[in-house]
Amino acid sequence: MSGARARLGSWWRLAQLPVLAIVLALVIAAAIIIVSSAFTGTGFFPLLPLFAYGALFAGAFASDIALNNTLVAAAPLMLGGLAIGLGFKAGLFNIGVAGQFLAGAFASAVVGAALAQQPVALAVTASLLAAGAAGAALAFIPGWLKAHTGAHEVVTTIMLNNATALLLAWAVTDLVRAPVFTFPRTGEIGNSALPVLLGRNLHLGVPLALITIFAVRWLLERTTLGFEIRTVGANPNAARYAGMPPLVIVPLTMALSGLLGGLAGGIQMLGVIGFYASGISASVGFDSIAVALLGRSDPIGILFAAILFGAFRAGAPLMQITTSVPIEIIDIIQALIILFLAANLIVRRVFRLRAPGLGIEGATTVTRTWGEQVRG
Amino acid sequence: MTGQERVAEKAARSSTSPALEMRGITKRFPGTLANDGIDLEIRPGEIHALLGENGAGKSTLMNILYGLLTPDSGEILMDGATVTIRDPADAIARGIGMVHQHFMLVPVLSVAENVMLGSEVMRGPVLLDVGEAAKRIRALAEQVGFTIDPGARVEQLSVGQQQRVEIVKALYRRARILVLDEPTAVLTPQETDEIFTVLRRLRTEGTSIVFISHKLDEVLRIADRITVIRRGKVVGELDPGATTEQECADLMVGRSVSLKVDRGVAHPGEPVLSVRGLVVRDDRGHETVRGVDLEIRSGEIVGIAGVAGNGQEELVEAITGLRKPSAGHVSLTGRDVTGAAPRAVRDRGVGYVPADRQRYGLVLGFPVDDNTVLTEYLNEPYAHGVVRDDRAIRKRAETLIVEFDIRAPGPDVRVSTLSGGNQQKVVVAREFGGDKLLILDQPTRGIDVGSTEFIHKRTVEQRDAGSAVLLVSADLDEVLELSDRVLVIHRGRIVGEFDAASAERDKIGLLMARGQAA
Repeated sequence: MSGARARLGSWWRLAQLPVLAIVLALVIAAAIIIVSSAFTGTGFFPLLPLFAYGALFAGAFASDIALNNTLVAAAPLMLGGLAIGLGFKAGLFNIGVAGQFLAGAFASAVVGAALAQQPVALAVTASLLAAGAAGAALAFIPGWLKAHTGAHEVVTTIMLNNATALLLAWAVTDLVRAPVFTFPRTGEIGNSALPVLLGRNLHLGVPLALITIFAVRWLLERTTLGFEIRTVGANPNAARYAGMPPLVIVPLTMALSGLLGGLAGGIQMLGVIGFYASGISASVGFDSIAVALLGRSDPIGILFAAILFGAFRAGAPLMQITTSVPIEIIDIIQALIILFLAANLIVRRVFRLRAPGLGIEGATTVTRTWGEQVRG
Repeated sequence: MTGQERVAEKAARSSTSPALEMRGITKRFPGTLANDGIDLEIRPGEIHALLGENGAGKSTLMNILYGLLTPDSGEILMDGATVTIRDPADAIARGIGMVHQHFMLVPVLSVAENVMLGSEVMRGPVLLDVGEAAKRIRALAEQVGFTIDPGARVEQLSVGQQQRVEIVKALYRRARILVLDEPTAVLTPQETDEIFTVLRRLRTEGTSIVFISHKLDEVLRIADRITVIRRGKVVGELDPGATTEQECADLMVGRSVSLKVDRGVAHPGEPVLSVRGLVVRDDRGHETVRGVDLEIRSGEIVGIAGVAGNGQEELVEAITGLRKPSAGHVSLTGRDVTGAAPRAVRDRGVGYVPADRQRYGLVLGFPVDDNTVLTEYLNEPYAHGVVRDDRAIRKRAETLIVEFDIRAPGPDVRVSTLSGGNQQKVVVAREFGGDKLLILDQPTRGIDVGSTEFIHKRTVEQRDAGSAVLLVSADLDEVLELSDRVLVIHRGRIVGEFDAASAERDKIGLLMARGQAA
C-alpha cells in the first residue's frame, strides 16, 4: 500500500514537470486562439479553445479510425524519440536523427522496391534491416569522430543532415530513379509495404515501435552495455576509471541511436509514404527531440510523449475543419512545451513547485562540454 | 576544573557580543534529523572549531549559514540583529565567506576568473579587467603565503592547488566570517603552518573563523573554542587548552576510539608492483613524473609523501592505466602492463581508491548498489553474459553497507545524498577485496576519525592478508602512521626513502617542500 503510494509519488516527481509544461502550453495556446479569433470570420469567441481542443481530442481518440491515426503518427516518433533519448543517456546529443530518418527511409525504399515481388516476410524484413543499417552507419561517423578527434556530435550531425539530404536527392535523381514516373522517385514497394493489421492504416510498424520501447528500456536498465552507456553519460571520468572503454561505447551508442532513427524512417516509408522522393518531410527527426525531452529520455516517458505528439498530428485536421483553428497551432503548442521544459523555472514559479535542490538530483544529462575529447 | 567549565567562565568574563549567533537551528531531511536545535555562537576575532563525524550535521549547519538551505526552525543573528539569509549572494554580501570541502570552481575558467566570479573587476562597462584581478590575487596569495598562477586553468590544477584557489577566493571577497571546511586536508605540515599564520593574522584583524576539521591536533593548535556536534546535536563545548585529542575524539564519536593504528610488523613477500624509470606527462604536456623507480612487495604498505601536485596523481594514473607513460615500465607480478588499458590492469588484481571520489570513484546520480559494482559489473554473479543480476547487485550492496558501516537509508538511495565520509566508504568497500595490489590515493581525505580508524584498520588487514598496498597521501601523519616504508616525492622524483620506524617527521617535511633535507 505505502509502497504503491511511494511508487506513485516517485512517478509524479518525474512526470510533474512535463505534465505541467503541457498544461501551461495549452493554456497559452488557448489565449492565442482567443485573441486570433477576433481577426477571423467567426469574430471574437472566448470559448473557441474549448471547441478546438475538443475537436483535437475527438480527432485523436474518439473513434477507431482516430485512434489508429494517432498510433500511426506516434510510431515513428517513438523510434525517433528513443534514438534521441538513448543518446542523451550517454551524454550525446544526436541532432542527426533527421538525417538518419532520411537515410533509413531511402534505404528501405530502394531495397523495398528491389524486393517488391518477393514474399512479404522476406521483403519487409530485408527493407527494415536496410533502414536500420543505413541509419546506424550514418550515425557511426559522428560517433567515431567524437571518440577519436573530439569533434562535437551536435556540429557533425547537423552538417551530416544537410549532406545526407542533398546526397539522397542526387541519388534518387541520378542513381535509383524509377523510369515510369514524371518526377524523380523510387519504384513501387509492392510486397515490402508493412502489412496493415487493424482498420485502414494501422501497420506493422506500430507494434514494432512499441516492442522497441521495451527493448531499449531492457537494454538500458538490465544489461551491462546499458549500464556502461548510462555511466559514460552520467560521469565519463568514473566510466574510464571503472575500465569502461569510451572509445567503443561512444561510437556504439551513436550507431544504436542511428539505428533507431533509421528504423523510424523505415516504418514511415514502408507503412505510410511508399516511395522516396527528394523533399519528403524529415520533421519526425526534429519532433523526436521534443518527444525525448518531454519524455525525459525515459523509454516509457517517450512512449507517452510520442502518443501525445501523434495525437496532435492526428487530431489537428478535424480541429481545422470543424473550428477553423489552423493546424499550425499544434506547432505553437509543441514549441511552447519545449520552451517550458527548457526554461522550467517558469513552470516551477507558476505552479509553486519546490526547486529540485542542489546538485545532480533529478538532472538529466543532455550534453557535455564542447570539444572535449573522449579519452580511452 | 574541566574544559567545559573553563569555557563557561571565559564566556562570562568576556563582554564582547557575538559576531554571529545561530539559535535552535533545526533541519529535517526525509529520514534524518540533520540539525536538532543547534546553538552556535561565534565571537569577533575568534577561531571557532566545529568538530563532528561525517554526517553529524556540520555541513548542513554551514549550508544554512551560507543560505544554501533554509532551516525548519531557529534563527540567525549577526551583530545582535536577526537576519534571514536568502541565498549565497546574500551571505557573501553580509560578509560570510565559505571554502567548501568539495570545491565550487568552474574547471574551464582560469584561477583569476574563478576568484573574481560574482565580484568581477571591470574595465569600462563591459570588459573584465582580468589583469587587475590577477594582480590582486597574486598580492593576496603572497600575503597568505602561497604561490598561485592566476592565469592557469582550474581543471589543470591538482586538488591541493584548487583548494588554495578556494581560500584566496574567500579572502578576495573580504569575508568577515570565514568558514573553512577541511582546509588543511591536502596541505603539508609546512603549508598548514603557513595557513595557520594567515588565520591568526586574520583573527587579529577581527575576522571570525569557523574551522571544520577532522585533524584533532590541528584543531587543538589553532582553535580558541571547540564545539562538538554528534547526530545533529551540540554535545559539548571544549577549551583547546584544557582538553586532549582523545577527549575530543571520544565526544565526537560517542565511544572510546583508538587514535593509533594498531599493527604488527610487516612480512614482505614477493614483489607485486615494480616501476622502472617511469616518465609521465600531465594534460598540459609537462613532465610531472620524471623517472620514478619503486617496488612494492606483497604484505607491505608503501607510503608516498609529497605536497599535492608533485606528480603523485600522474604516477598513480600511469600505474592504473588511466594515463599512458611516455617512458619507463610498469609490471605487476612479473607481467609488463605498461600502457595497458584500465580494465586490463584491474583484471590483474588491482584495487584503486582514487583521490577524487566524486570525479572518478562514484557516479553520484546512481544509487548505492550500482556504485558498489561500478568496477565489477561485468563479472559473475553481478552479470550473466550481458544481463545484469539486480538481486545479486543489491545483495552485494546490502552486505557492504553492513560490513563497512555505510550510513545509508538503503541500497537504492542515490550516492549523492550520502555524506562525504559515507561516499568514501562506498568506494573503499568496493575496492577492498582479495586484490594483489591496492592503491589508495588520499583514502581518508575529509573523513572523520571513526571512519578513518576503520579504513586504516582494514588497510592493515589487507596487508596482513598478503596484499601490496601503495598509499598516496598529502597527510604526512597518515603516511607515517600507516606505512611500512615511506618514499618522498618532489617534482616528479623520489627524493628520499625511509623505514617507517626510523622516519623523522621534520626531515620528511623538508624533503616534501624543497626536495632536499637541508
